[in-house]
Amino acid sequence: MNTIVVGQLQRQFQDYIVSLYQQGYLDNQFTELRKLQDEGSPDFVAEVVSLFFDDCAKVINDMSTSLERPDHVDFKQVDSGVHQLKGSSSSVGARRVKNVCIAFKECCDVQNREGCLRCLQQVDYEYKMLKTKLQDLFNLEQQILQAGGTIPQVSMN
Amino acid sequence: MALKDLSSSSSSELHVLAVDDSFVDRKVIERLLKISACKVTTVESGTRALQYLGLDKGSSGLKDLKVNLIVTDYSMPGLTGYELLKKIKESSAFREIPVVIMSSENIQPRIEQCMVEGAEDFLLKPVKLADVKRIKELIMRGGEAKEGLTKSPSPKRILQNDIDSSPSSSSSLISSSQDVSSLDDDTPSSKRMKLEPS
Repeated sequence: MNTIVVGQLQRQFQDYIVSLYQQGYLDNQFTELRKLQDEGSPDFVAEVVSLFFDDCAKVINDMSTSLERPDHVDFKQVDSGVHQLKGSSSSVGARRVKNVCIAFKECCDVQNREGCLRCLQQVDYEYKMLKTKLQDLFNLEQQILQAGGTIPQVSMN
Repeated sequence: MALKDLSSSSSSELHVLAVDDSFVDRKVIERLLKISACKVTTVESGTRALQYLGLDKGSSGLKDLKVNLIVTDYSMPGLTGYELLKKIKESSAFREIPVVIMSSENIQPRIEQCMVEGAEDFLLKPVKLADVKRIKELIMRGGEAKEGLTKSPSPKRILQNDIDSSPSSSSSLISSSQDVSSLDDDTPSSKRMKLEPS
């Protein structure tokens, strides 16, 4: 094992994950999820976020359909979708996505179609952004493991 | 009574039935429970939970079914967590099983309603490891605190944002789990996130 390489990768990982918290992409719940990962379930976090992103794609698509016709918006469906996304984003620690959902709900409550469309676009952007960021993070993890190192535990106090 | 079940069953694990319509949340709660050395069965609706318990349409269900705890989301389409709670408490076979309600919304009347109906506790989502450990301890003690008391209207603790940073001694015991949700079968166990061109 090349300890210098492992050390560099670990530092890179540490810096990257800290930046994700600092930029508000992730919150404490993501830390909680990482606690649940171990040698027995090494892919737990990746699996859960993968489910989350699949969920995002589907729900966003459904909401898009509901918001399509200006004269016939199914706000009940949209509200249900926002509720679902807010819940799942909260469960995985996807802070920015969750925050957009909060604003989204407000638009939905007052039946503001334009506002909803803006929020829809934003939530789509945010989940895709997070997906890319986390993929990079997981790739770093893989590199560390392949180089024979262990994934650092990062505490965000 | 939970303790009686434990001593008579061959396994010393708590068997928890987790009910949640969110796929993501089911995955998380399942892991939280397994890492806390519980056997877990997840279902996606109140109706499915009743089917599993054998409480729907008068079916008898599995004779030797031992469920020590039911954890259910509140807001679900169809049967809500509250309605599920009521049905369980109305059943002579299952009314002794502790039921914990989870919700993303901290609505006091809702919480009280559930506690009055006999819920063991109320967890605010997102659920953390510390919450599960606390619930498990509560159940393992066999609800001693309730002895001699009538149904208490207030849960033991609902403050979600406590700085409860007690590190969890996560025991990776190989706990058995059983998923009976029809929708849960899609995910292969070692699925990695795929790299897609963005």
